Amino acid sequence: MTTPKKVFTKGNEAIAMAAINAGCRYYFGYPITPQNEIPEYMAEHLPATGGEFLQAESEIASINMLIGAAATGVRAMTSSSGPGISLMQEGFSYFAGNELPAVVVNMSRQGPGLGGINATQGDYFQSVKGGGHGDYKLIVLAPHTGQELYDLTIKAFEIAEKYRILTLILGDAILGQIKEPIVPWIPEKTAGDPDRDWLITGAEGREPRLIKSLFLADGEMEKHNWHLQEKYDRIERDDVMLEEVDTDDAELIVVAFGSVARIVKSAIAQVRKAGMKVGLVRPITLFPFPRKRLREIGGRTKKFLVAEMNTGQMVEDVQLNLPGDCEVEFYGRPGGSVPTPEDLFEIISATYEKL
Amino acid sequence: MKQVFKRPESMTAKPFHFCPGCHHGIVHRLVAEALDHFSLREKTIGVASVGCSVFLYDYFAVDVIEAPHGRAAAVATGTKRVLNDKIVFTYQGDGDLAAIGTAEVIHAANRGDNITIIFVNNSIYGMTGGQMAPTTLLGQRTTTSPYGRDCNRDGYPIKMTEMLAALEGPSLVSRVAVNTPGNVKKARKVIRQAFQMQVEGKGFSFVEVLSTCPTNWGMTPQAANDRIAEEMIPYFPLGTLKQKDVIDVL
Repeated sequence: MTTPKKVFTKGNEAIAMAAINAGCRYYFGYPITPQNEIPEYMAEHLPATGGEFLQAESEIASINMLIGAAATGVRAMTSSSGPGISLMQEGFSYFAGNELPAVVVNMSRQGPGLGGINATQGDYFQSVKGGGHGDYKLIVLAPHTGQELYDLTIKAFEIAEKYRILTLILGDAILGQIKEPIVPWIPEKTAGDPDRDWLITGAEGREPRLIKSLFLADGEMEKHNWHLQEKYDRIERDDVMLEEVDTDDAELIVVAFGSVARIVKSAIAQVRKAGMKVGLVRPITLFPFPRKRLREIGGRTKKFLVAEMNTGQMVEDVQLNLPGDCEVEFYGRPGGSVPTPEDLFEIISATYEKL
Repeated sequence: MKQVFKRPESMTAKPFHFCPGCHHGIVHRLVAEALDHFSLREKTIGVASVGCSVFLYDYFAVDVIEAPHGRAAAVATGTKRVLNDKIVFTYQGDGDLAAIGTAEVIHAANRGDNITIIFVNNSIYGMTGGQMAPTTLLGQRTTTSPYGRDCNRDGYPIKMTEMLAALEGPSLVSRVAVNTPGNVKKARKVIRQAFQMQVEGKGFSFVEVLSTCPTNWGMTPQAANDRIAEEMIPYFPLGTLKQKDVIDVL
């Protein structure tokens, strides 16, 4: 273990640093703002680890190179932003079908189209509902501070390996670009088990192995899909992560993820000072979504406000999972206009007053 | 008694599913023979593409990764960068490599990635039922060029071998055919050379194999074989366009 020592670093660099400390040895990527510090850090630091950085000709190539590397069992990753992540959706689907572990970072930007480079949360649906084809899920982690970017990057590699699944870290320009102090650390385990029985390593002294997602024989595809679903059910049972702030006595719960949740925290501190009983539920895993816990909280608190930097995406999952007698309001800021703590103080107070 | 002919060790015993007269079976065998020649079976990783060739995992006794359509070269790059002491090859048809996968193959070639690509060009989409491919010849009728390929609408048949030979990265770029015993012998030699390039770390090697698709060409196996000589070779001339120095171990 390293001695806890703070470093002052950008969120994107925190991710890259954490990935290398987590044992990530291969990175494939293509430049796009606002995540370029990740490939740049990897290009500088991966060679010294004995690993390799490779700039691909496109995000399509990046995600497919990642398939080729992940099949060997090494820890490997790519990163991009909205338009590039859209190009990777085909590969995401193959990762799911092939059951390969790897980590992808989406430092998302506004869309649709070329959009803009400021912070947004418009990629929520794409991340959790499956932007690619077929029945599948990714694990989606939504950090809200530099330290959490670091910690969840390490978690992402571990959980990807645990389930043979693609794990997506969903951030935005606020998280990727802000410099703040973080405490780097090195996990105990920095590589997957070399004895895993599916690794593609060349069939030396054993039967040949196959990584595939094509199932044509009658019934095979359904069987495979039920197998994947059983895995997703286990993930929902065992690996939900969320943070709650002042939910015990709350009469109004704000639900927010990522950078917005951080701003909501400042607003709630002010709202509490003004005597209003308001709490925060911050899903850290967007899939698995903390639906069980939300249902429990909804048994007691009846008023919810969902705040997102989009036109209303996670709010659908909140509505779907709360008891029917709960009221859910939405506050959204799409297109790069980041709400201030004062904006959120106003909207939270106004929603609270209506109770 | 001396055994003079047997199944290569790099092949499984599974009978081919390919149509009568299709050349995939011959090309599969030549690849397996090359792997056997250099004793590579236990250190080889095949990357299957999308199309009739996807089932190569049934026929090759090696580890296989199935790539998304057109992405085999990128998948192979990822695998080879990690396992640089192993042999990695892709086996792709013309739709897979020369249409949807053009970018991936060009950049793998340009980087000189130390992989081997076997490109089977039968001038048509086989598995999906005979649609026009980027390599479909002018005037050739397919289900999506029912009046014949028209250069004004569809452009000209793409010459991947000539294009890739223009790059600095590749160690070997060659076009062969397997329509006659003589051409099979030449193809065997070139495919061996391609794997030898990889074994010696010389970088990207690429062999285009002109192939039949009797079913979708609407021809008998014999007529399809004749078409290779009469129509395909004149447009897609055989020969090695680029080759780095190599010690002749053949």
